[in-house]
Amino acid sequence: MDGRVIAAESKPWQNPSAQPFISLRGVTKRFGNFTAVSEVDLDIYRSELFCLLGESGCGKSTLLRMLAGFELPTTGSIRIDGEDMARVPPDRRPTNMMFQSYALFPHMTVEKNVAYGLLREGLKKSPAYERAREMLRMVKLEKLARRKPDQLSGGQRQRVALARSLVKRPKLLLLDEPLGALDKKLREETQFELIKIQETLGVTFIVVTHDQDEAMTLATRIGVMKDGVIEQIGEPREIYETPRSRFVADFIGTVNLFGGKVDVAAPDMMRLDIHELGPVLVPPQTGLTHGQTIWGAVRPERFSLSRARPENTQNAWKGVVEEMGYIGHMSQYRIRLANGVLIRVSQSNRLRDEDPISWDEKVWVSANPAAFRVLTR
Amino acid sequence: MRGWFLPLAVAFGFIFLYAPIVSLVVFSFNESRLVTVWGGFSTRWYGELLRDRQILGSAWISLQVAFWSANLAVIVGTLGAFVLTRFGSFTGRLVLTGMITAPLVMPEVITGLSLLLLFVSMELSLGWPAGRGITTIVIAHTTFCAAFVAVIAQSRLRSMDESLEEAARDLGAGPVRVFFDITLPVIAPALVAGWLLAFTLSLDDLVIASFVSGPGASTLPMVIFSKVRLGVSPDVNALATIIIGFVLVAVIIAGWLMRRAVKRDIG
Repeated sequence: MDGRVIAAESKPWQNPSAQPFISLRGVTKRFGNFTAVSEVDLDIYRSELFCLLGESGCGKSTLLRMLAGFELPTTGSIRIDGEDMARVPPDRRPTNMMFQSYALFPHMTVEKNVAYGLLREGLKKSPAYERAREMLRMVKLEKLARRKPDQLSGGQRQRVALARSLVKRPKLLLLDEPLGALDKKLREETQFELIKIQETLGVTFIVVTHDQDEAMTLATRIGVMKDGVIEQIGEPREIYETPRSRFVADFIGTVNLFGGKVDVAAPDMMRLDIHELGPVLVPPQTGLTHGQTIWGAVRPERFSLSRARPENTQNAWKGVVEEMGYIGHMSQYRIRLANGVLIRVSQSNRLRDEDPISWDEKVWVSANPAAFRVLTR
Repeated sequence: MRGWFLPLAVAFGFIFLYAPIVSLVVFSFNESRLVTVWGGFSTRWYGELLRDRQILGSAWISLQVAFWSANLAVIVGTLGAFVLTRFGSFTGRLVLTGMITAPLVMPEVITGLSLLLLFVSMELSLGWPAGRGITTIVIAHTTFCAAFVAVIAQSRLRSMDESLEEAARDLGAGPVRVFFDITLPVIAPALVAGWLLAFTLSLDDLVIASFVSGPGASTLPMVIFSKVRLGVSPDVNALATIIIGFVLVAVIIAGWLMRRAVKRDIG
């Protein structure tokens, strides 16, 4: 899981005086009694590739459709480039959308599909087709310009849809599950192609996806959504390393979650009393008080396995390897502790000739204090 | 059990449905003047049919009526279907849903009678339509044919990917533009099928036409019916065979168009 690494100076969200390009304030959308999106505040900056990540039905597509203008917010305001979008219909917004189904017009050829938006803009036929061809060259489809959509493969359709949505040079491109219909290998290739196109054109992208790997790879920032609410907004690394809630910790990657209480909350030492593990030392942090209910979250790769009891750590527990899966670059373990608790551990296989820990071995699981992320909700 | 039962049931079904039609087609090539006695193969009655001015005249009227009512039915039915599938909920939606399909289940006698009363009272109060003839039959046929077109168009509009229309909006087309650029071409095969169905329904109709037609505007079914009452003459068999051919071709084309449209959507 390698999030995009961006140079610090190009992180406008860390600069309080930066002007957001898109700003949502208190946006709520209700369908009858059902609230699809609830009180969303969101700022997105120019040239960002922002991912809205969540399970199906979490409201991410509704949010995207409100940006495109297909749905109007029940309450709240949406501004794009400083302009209030409340009364702007979809055909007059500076946005274009790439649909999950691609929505290619079945009765038009590929080049007609791509040129359609330009013709509606009032462009004459020949310059419109010229620009459409240019766009098709960019997505490497100029040879198929005269085909109809039903004569294309899934990957080719996806690229036509992308070309069509980019040809008008929108300020904002909305992508609804852009890679959802592609197979795994094609998806990985296309991810990097998307990033390249986005960086070349400098267009702001908002991508809706349910695939966390996709979000981690593509995004400058991710907004994790649940039940119509954005749970956390942050860079991929932030979301993975410092999730703010159990939902986010569990949704992004794999995690071991333990419940417990704060035992000692001193400025120089913090100890948790975890139900499953007993006393656990963690780095001191502010905002926690003695007796407070907390959860400790540990990524599987942050645990270490050893046959002998590790020295110089108090966070070590004895267990038995119940299951092991060898994946190649790493191995996944399930360790059953003496009190019956299961812990997921993954170890990278760095040496070829190592004697791997295997089924039914008695092992020690340990974690340094910084491996624990303390969550309050 | 299944070994013999299934083919038998199928055979019985086909005989039940098509034996009368087949016998009619066979007897249309009968030489004899007596309808039920085989007198050898001949196309004599087809020739006689072509010389019958009354039948040719009424056939021409029927074709005109069918053509115009199919056109109007496609326009009215498509608009109705579009409103019902694309405009969400609005006041009177439920009433429109019910009314648009009502002619499908309404007994033809009642439809015909009510339209006759309407036309008569309109003529008395508005002066239009003056008398009854082709115009009134076209209007009457449009009302019930539009219901069939609406049903076909509705199912097509429902199965159509609505994001096609949204994509066109997104690319800068206004709502009217979207309807003509995207919606209409995509549902066109269904509309052609609807047109053909409306055409054949109008061509077939006897009951409603009898109510609302006037002197000098007898449709083909009306002429056939009156002829048969005086005894079945063999040229009616020939005429019926031609009509069956017509309807068969229209139905096959309509079915093929619908199938192709659905396939293209999935593919």
